[in-house]
Amino acid sequence: MTTPDRPTTRPAQPAVHLVDVNMRFHTRAGDTTALTDINLSIAPGEFVSLIGPSGCGKSTLLRIVGDLIKPTSGLVEVNGKSAHQARVCREYGMVFQAPVLFDWRNVEANVRLPLELMGMERRRREARVKEMLELVELGSFMRHYPHQLSGGMQQRVAIARALALEPTLLLMDEPFGALDEMTRERLNAEVLRIWQQTGTTVIFVTHSIPEAVFLSTRVAVMTPRPGRITNVIETDLPQPRNEATRESERYFEKVTEVRESLRGRRADKTATKGSSEDRLRAEGPVG
Amino acid sequence: MTLERDAPRLRPGVRRFLGLSLFLVGFALIWEGAKWLGGDPWRLTGIGYYHQPPFRVLQLTDRQLPHLWDIASAFGQPFQRNADYNLANYLIDQALYTLGEAFIGFAVGALIGLVLASVLVHSGLLERAFVPYVVASQTVPIVALAPLIVVGFGRGLTSVVIIATYLTFFPVTIAVMRGLRSPDPRAVELMRSYAASKWDVYRKVRLPASVPYLFTALKIAAAASVVGTIIGEGPGGVPQGLGRAILNFNQQYITGPEKLWATILVASAVGVGFFLLVRLAEVLVVRRGGGSVA
Repeated sequence: MTTPDRPTTRPAQPAVHLVDVNMRFHTRAGDTTALTDINLSIAPGEFVSLIGPSGCGKSTLLRIVGDLIKPTSGLVEVNGKSAHQARVCREYGMVFQAPVLFDWRNVEANVRLPLELMGMERRRREARVKEMLELVELGSFMRHYPHQLSGGMQQRVAIARALALEPTLLLMDEPFGALDEMTRERLNAEVLRIWQQTGTTVIFVTHSIPEAVFLSTRVAVMTPRPGRITNVIETDLPQPRNEATRESERYFEKVTEVRESLRGRRADKTATKGSSEDRLRAEGPVG
Repeated sequence: MTLERDAPRLRPGVRRFLGLSLFLVGFALIWEGAKWLGGDPWRLTGIGYYHQPPFRVLQLTDRQLPHLWDIASAFGQPFQRNADYNLANYLIDQALYTLGEAFIGFAVGALIGLVLASVLVHSGLLERAFVPYVVASQTVPIVALAPLIVVGFGRGLTSVVIIATYLTFFPVTIAVMRGLRSPDPRAVELMRSYAASKWDVYRKVRLPASVPYLFTALKIAAAASVVGTIIGEGPGGVPQGLGRAILNFNQQYITGPEKLWATILVASAVGVGFFLLVRLAEVLVVRRGGGSVA
């Protein structure tokens, strides 16, 4: 576990480097263009959210970075290696919208799975599992089975499992999309704490604007048909972020900026600053 | 939490036992009730009771459908004239022999099914090439096939086991194929993100996920293997076993119909017993998690 050490200037080697990534799917109904000309560079330790409506290709982009699918064209580099090499070197941690826990394994055994695959020696493995479960505050639930846990707890187990290999890159695909708003906000805070403790780079797919703004150092706004990144917004809210952040003026400004960018309008900072109408919108329903 | 879960678990057990008792009592009542209405007249020698049924139905005579107490008492009598072995002892020996044969067939069939399903799931080409034949194999009646197997492999244990295997491998193959395909596609993606090999995915995800499916098939296979063995023992020419006993008592039906009925009861008890054995194994193995699928 490293202390957070995030340089403000981007170092020479980005954690994720995407150049002119294109993705086309061939189906019987014809070709669909899922992604066009994606260019994005993410520094080590950054927290980048991909936000956009359904069908904008944000999950596809995450899968391309994770080498679960191959792009039609373009360059994908993770820590200076190809995405495939990075996957083989086990540099990824993945969390999906569903926890995808194995119901025949208890909590401990679920978190242990990637370590078993890695062939880690038993005593170290046990220590690591314990450490990861304490990180997500589930240390006392090691012997429970997934069906005995709430949805939020299951997702925390999934996060512990994703972190077990100490990945340099954590890929999260709408991890809290299926949870209620209260649980989601609590887990947002927890993810930030884990991110700060581990110093890992995170790519986070979501369609919740407040979630994206609260968590990220940068928000990449995507639009559909064809999927592309239309804007990248620096969410330079002070760290560490907490409940007070959610009530700050700057937070509302950023929420508005992301929202207007999603609508395809350029955010006009001076016009929206501190308006009460804006605050109402920021607190309104999201999605 | 565990205490709460354990407490009501006793009740379904009790209820199941009551249900089974109720079924057996009802079954006996219908059997004897039918004979009361349309069977042969009978006399209880001890108290001099005599009953004349109001109707005469050919199918309900003592030869066609013996009294349950006659079948029960047949168990205590010598299994054939001048034998110093009673029917119960004889049938237990035959049942154990049959169960042994059935178990070998069951084990071999389950293993073949497991391996076949594992191979077919990993190769679309082999699946398309083989699955139609796997299905077609089960459309041939086993009674027609059994003599051919005996011609090919000779009279004896081998042929009987092959027949039992033949009935066992099919449900296991089909169910395990489905079970191996049952994991969430994201579970497979997750394993890929750990750079897991196909073998790892099979070992850690597909195989454990298929266990409930496997047990569903094994329960079917347990009953099928006993039936296969009993059918196979006829043309298979083995000197022992329930199939042999059924053939013998069938020939002696006129002189002792109770013996055949007793053998049939034992044969079905063997099938049910084997089924329950598999069910017990299932409860022990699939104790946690999703539970059984059927």
